[in-house]
Amino acid sequence: MNQMPTRRSATDLDWDRVRRWGIYAGLTMAFLSSIGMVESLDKRLIVDPILSLGFLALLWVPVAFGYAATYEEAKEGMAAPEKGERDLIGGLAAGLIGGLFFVAFIAIADAVDLRGVFPRIGPALIDLLTFGRGTAVGGLLWLMISGLLGMFGGLLHVLPVRVRRAVTNALTAVFLVALVEIAVVDIFESLRLTVISDWIYAKNGGVTIAGAIVVGALAALSSVRSEGDAVVRFRTRYATMEGDERKRFNLIAGAVGLVLAVVLPMVLGGLTNELLANVGLFLLMALGLNLVVGYAGLLDLGYVAFFAVGAYTTAILTSPLSPKWTPMLTLDFFSIEGWVVMVVVVAVAALSGLVVGTPVIRLRGDYLAIVTLGFGEIVRILFLSDWLAPAFGGAQGIRNIPAAVAGPAEINGTKPQTIFYLVVIFVGIAVYVAWRLYHSRIGRAWAALREDEDVAEAMGVETTKMKLLAFITGAILASFGGMIFAVKVGSVFPSSFKLIVSIIVLVIVIVGGMGSIPGVVVGSLVLIGILGGPTQPGLLAEFGEFKLLIYGALLVFMMLRRPEGLWPSVQRQRELHQEEILQDAWLKAEAAADSAGER
Amino acid sequence: MSDRVPVLEFRNVHTHYGPVHILKDVSMQIFPGELVCLLGGNASGKTTTLKTILGMVVPSSGDVLVDGEVMTGRPTADVVMRGISMVPENRRLFKRMTVKENLEIGAYLRDDDDVEEDMEKVFDMFPRVKERLGQKAGTLSGGEQQMVAVGRALMSRPKLLLMDEPSMGLAPILVQQNFDIIEQINDAGMTVFMVEQNANMALSIADRGYVLQTGQIVLEDTAENLLANEDLRRAYLGQAD
Ligand SMILES: Nc1ncnc2c1ncn2[C@@H]1O[C@H](COP(=O)(O)OP(=O)(O)OP(=O)(O)O)[C@@H](O)[C@H]1O
Ligand SMILES: [Mg+2]
Repeated sequence: MNQMPTRRSATDLDWDRVRRWGIYAGLTMAFLSSIGMVESLDKRLIVDPILSLGFLALLWVPVAFGYAATYEEAKEGMAAPEKGERDLIGGLAAGLIGGLFFVAFIAIADAVDLRGVFPRIGPALIDLLTFGRGTAVGGLLWLMISGLLGMFGGLLHVLPVRVRRAVTNALTAVFLVALVEIAVVDIFESLRLTVISDWIYAKNGGVTIAGAIVVGALAALSSVRSEGDAVVRFRTRYATMEGDERKRFNLIAGAVGLVLAVVLPMVLGGLTNELLANVGLFLLMALGLNLVVGYAGLLDLGYVAFFAVGAYTTAILTSPLSPKWTPMLTLDFFSIEGWVVMVVVVAVAALSGLVVGTPVIRLRGDYLAIVTLGFGEIVRILFLSDWLAPAFGGAQGIRNIPAAVAGPAEINGTKPQTIFYLVVIFVGIAVYVAWRLYHSRIGRAWAALREDEDVAEAMGVETTKMKLLAFITGAILASFGGMIFAVKVGSVFPSSFKLIVSIIVLVIVIVGGMGSIPGVVVGSLVLIGILGGPTQPGLLAEFGEFKLLIYGALLVFMMLRRPEGLWPSVQRQRELHQEEILQDAWLKAEAAADSAGER
Repeated sequence: MSDRVPVLEFRNVHTHYGPVHILKDVSMQIFPGELVCLLGGNASGKTTTLKTILGMVVPSSGDVLVDGEVMTGRPTADVVMRGISMVPENRRLFKRMTVKENLEIGAYLRDDDDVEEDMEKVFDMFPRVKERLGQKAGTLSGGEQQMVAVGRALMSRPKLLLMDEPSMGLAPILVQQNFDIIEQINDAGMTVFMVEQNANMALSIADRGYVLQTGQIVLEDTAENLLANEDLRRAYLGQAD
């Protein structure tokens, strides 16, 4: 056998790359500061007095970019990349270059008044960025911080796997604990264990230093004992589970989910419940859109229309302020009246799915996306129009939507717990429907349709019928979302049903994993739960105005790095990555068989 | 022969794509158990003929009959239900689905319980397919893809198998293998209607053949006669052999 091709020697650094990533780091930090992110997020503390979310938004940059600057892929048949001081030097250099650029930014911002162009770059920002000690000291500090953090990024390559995992897990754990502060405080309050939460969290918000140390240490300890990345391991195991085992697992997961869904709202406070209700509402829509986009492969950009239809139908049927000729029913789930409302909502949604679906069904790909986009806007504009104002109230919308009723309980937005329970029930139904459909003949037909419409037709798949079915099922799930939304808010306005809702639901599906039910759940939790919806705050409420920026950045990152989503469907994963792996496994098996035959 | 009911019959079929006239007054009959081939050059309308049979293209006049019953204008699913299935041009597997999922789509319209059994039959015919069951169809070799495509078509339990240029894009040795398999399937009692440009090979296993030229049937005869036909030799078989 000939010698393995070697890489560059250990001291040889790819300086081009280090320089490039260093510059990116500096520009990113300057960008994040100039849009005002550091300043606005500074109010939220992560670790009490030392680290705020604003600074965290800056500090991750040199670490990540230092890591990227020295990252080398392990290649089969090549000697493993040597780790060592090279990585440290590279990381340090990238960090220093980044720091230099950032310091230059601070100096320029200090010297020149840029407020005309960048309203956020003012003395307050400079003061914050220089720690109140003037540009010279602040600049020096930043050079040091950025260099050290870059080196830390490089160091991550050098550390033994276990140590690295312990470090990253400890950091992640502290961040997560700070993230879910309001929920944890609620829970400990209901359990009357405020002693503990008072000790972990500081009065101004954020984890206390002692709390951070304990949480980090616990996370590090637990990760040292485990083999490999727990999440990845779990997902792989789940993907390879066979029929019965998986069924059992799903059952247990469902039961745990149910218990959580029943108990959590009782121990959580209003804000957290509101947040969970929003997660559920978007999850409901995402499950529906997942049928259309993920299963049937029909890119629908006007999905919000069905959400709007559900909300307006509910409003018209129940509100006393809707036109006189409409009934005034109560959405009482234990009486016939409530069921009438639901049946009408379903019927109207199905009909609108049919109306939108029929003309667009023959279009493919981009054309379908463009036309559905148009339809979504048309629906909103119809609700907004003066022409239909007698029915829909124009820009004023329809107000005074009464609470829904379930036996003795009133369900409305002032009691977010009740909304959450309602959402959970409908999400449960939606998950069940999606799951059953996926494993049915219809699911198979959708998959075939997504892959090759002509051949699917030749195999006897009723393509038109199947596409309409996807549209209609998706529309019905969205309309339930709309119904709950109407009850929750108590009023409906056209401005609640803008294009951005369609886009955010689509981003949930894409980021979570197209065609994957667990993926959509994870996507809603991460995006709506942490970042928040178009108008709904998430755990990081401070992100407010930067939400869409983060959504966009996340989408780009996911498309480049993990197009199959956070929790991909088994099929999608195969589509995007497994190709090479399978081909490889197959070639290897072939070679092994050949050499066995030779002997 | 004439008192038997043809599995498939074209009665003066005309087909248009928009205003463009593709099939011009095509009439043909395929009887149970036959292996019939349709020869013709590029763009002569061969694939269009198969699409017309399946109802994916509706004739602008004339009728398509299956087992003596008029199927013109009926949806493709109905035609497939009547026992007609196709191996499309270039095989066109669902590339990102596994081999197994491909076979399952083949049985899409069936609701009986013998699907597993029929899958075993496909494995008996193509043991390689069984080995590749979990593999993504797009990563199969050309020969394997052909096997899966045939297997997928057989999964609907057809009585008439349509094949669109089965030799296209295959190495000569695979072409031979492929024709052997078609012959074998036909010997087992399946009626086969095969579209080919490789006239020599196709006629060597076929019972009868039609020759299509710019949408018109210009010749129709037994395979032996067609092989001996001077005009056809000149037009399609080349000078050699
Ligand atoms: N969907 C379509 N729309 C318009 N014209 C079409 C369409 N499909 C095929 N045609 C035209 O119809 C004619 C016959 O096409 P067809 O695919 O039947 O040819 P073919 O005999 O199968 O050719 P080949 O041997 O190259 O596959 C061609 O001129 C083609 O361009
Ligand atoms: Mg063709």
